[in-house]
Amino acid sequence: MILGAIAIGFVAGMIAGLFGVGGGVVFVPGLVILLGLNQVDAEATSLLAIVPVAIVGAHRQSGYGNLRLRDGLAVGALAVPFAALGVVIVNVVPERAIELAFAALIVYVAIGLLRANPTDRPTSRARVR
Amino acid sequence: MIAGMPRSRTLKLAAIAAAAGVFSGLFGVGGGTVLVPLFILWLGYEEREATGTSLAAIVVIAGAAVLVQLAYGNVHVRDGLLVGVPAVGGVVAGTWLQQRVPRRQLQVLFALLLLASAGKLVAG
Repeated sequence: MILGAIAIGFVAGMIAGLFGVGGGVVFVPGLVILLGLNQVDAEATSLLAIVPVAIVGAHRQSGYGNLRLRDGLAVGALAVPFAALGVVIVNVVPERAIELAFAALIVYVAIGLLRANPTDRPTSRARVR
Repeated sequence: MIAGMPRSRTLKLAAIAAAAGVFSGLFGVGGGTVLVPLFILWLGYEEREATGTSLAAIVVIAGAAVLVQLAYGNVHVRDGLLVGVPAVGGVVAGTWLQQRVPRRQLQVLFALLLLASAGKLVAG
């Protein structure tokens, strides 16, 4: 279980770096399935794990010339009350509903990935070092 | 309003922020699933720029959401570190890979992983 959790953490980080997400779509099911957390605790714990991942990921992307810090911080700051609202909602709604909605979310993400443009290649804009 | 920024752009950023924020709090994710496509579609970002900027926004969004979850007493700090610390290594590898490889195969693999997780969550 411990080794599985470490592996799922590494995979979540890779997904975060590749797709610009926090990795929560991997952390949450990983915490539920491997470590036995309930859905809401897994979501809360996922948020904690996301923070260092996003800090390091944003820093790396800054080095690659892919970060617009001003827009990123503006969106982040404007989102704070909405994130707090989401957390309040998740703490009052029945857990099974959240679990099913989360499952629907990751199916949606998976379908999006399967339908994504298959011709994507590294572009000349990528500053490979 | 954000100083030195056209009103329409500020409104777009605010709409993106609202959607990503609620998403993050509800699902325990960073909100990148919302941020990345909207940066590309609404603000004309190049794909890698969208993913990089998304990560910066996520730092603030997930940081705020986790503080509220901490107040509810729902955060398992030890488990968070157990998956979060190796993930820091993963994100360095992921951003490195992003600059170099076509992502189609990775997308398909990731999609299959998510579908399997969804099945397991629904089955309970």
